[in-house]
Amino acid sequence: MSYIQNLIAFFEDSSIADSIRENDTLFPTIESIHVVAICLVVGSILVLDLRLLGFASMNRPVGRLTRAILPVTWGAFAIAASSGFLLFISNATKYLANGYFDAKIVLICMAGLNMIVFHAVSTKDLPQWEKQKSPPLRARIAGALSILLWIAIVACGRWIGFTMQEL
Amino acid sequence: MLALTGFSKWLAATSLSHTIQTVTWIIPTLQTIHILCVANAFSSAVLVDLRIFRVFERDEPLREVTRRFLPPIWPVLLILLATGSLLIIGEPRRSLVNTTFYLKMALLLVAILLTATLQRMVLAAPEVFEDRSRQLAGRALATVSILVWCGILFAGRWIAYTQAG
Repeated sequence: MSYIQNLIAFFEDSSIADSIRENDTLFPTIESIHVVAICLVVGSILVLDLRLLGFASMNRPVGRLTRAILPVTWGAFAIAASSGFLLFISNATKYLANGYFDAKIVLICMAGLNMIVFHAVSTKDLPQWEKQKSPPLRARIAGALSILLWIAIVACGRWIGFTMQEL
Repeated sequence: MLALTGFSKWLAATSLSHTIQTVTWIIPTLQTIHILCVANAFSSAVLVDLRIFRVFERDEPLREVTRRFLPPIWPVLLILLATGSLLIIGEPRRSLVNTTFYLKMALLLVAILLTATLQRMVLAAPEVFEDRSRQLAGRALATVSILVWCGILFAGRWIAYTQAG
């Protein structure tokens, strides 16, 4: 535990974290990049979720759509995560003490887990149903779960802004 | 400017504004819905732009990609208009006397024109950006579209940092 605390203190006391805290335009700029990236993550993954639910892109085989969408999603996620990390270290202790921040991290992990489980369960027989307009129940559940999780993640993100003490 | 300040004061004194101001969960909820819709419209536009650059769904004709992603933007824009209006009613001074807000609206107007033009062009003449000579025009349009949409999102976030004290 103290190792993690030391690590967090190391980042929070770094000169980068200090610049983000003290500079008037740095924080909002990184935050804007974070918002753009998150929007692309959520918007692109929604395309896949709606396909799994059988609501959109029904003429596209699921495998092909996944291969087209996921590079966009992961690219945006990399930007969202690194910009998010920079925002986090600017005030790590306060963020960790914020319940919405902790919930957001847990929810992001759950969204990742949902994706991993879906891939593990469905890769084998994907060719058999990927052209169906309405995929099997487990695929629809994965799509619905993903939508709900990302809505909750965005909501937590917004609530962090209202519950953090003065930066 | 003075008229806007007066209007903001009047708006802030309405009972609807009062409700939005005092019930603490309303503003974050509206903002969450607003951002989710922004994510949807922004990603839809960007995916079509990426298709024009031939880095997304190259195996699908541009017309099909456009037909799947651009028309749904319009109903989403209506939700954005509704949640955005309620946010303005709740905190009129935050946006109505804020230059960044007007920058966002100007960029939004450009984005709407660009998206509508793109949708109409591609659906009317599917091959419009496919042949080599027109490719450059398509890529220029796609680049401007991505930049303008990013500008809208940036301006949206900066409204919070540029509001009058």
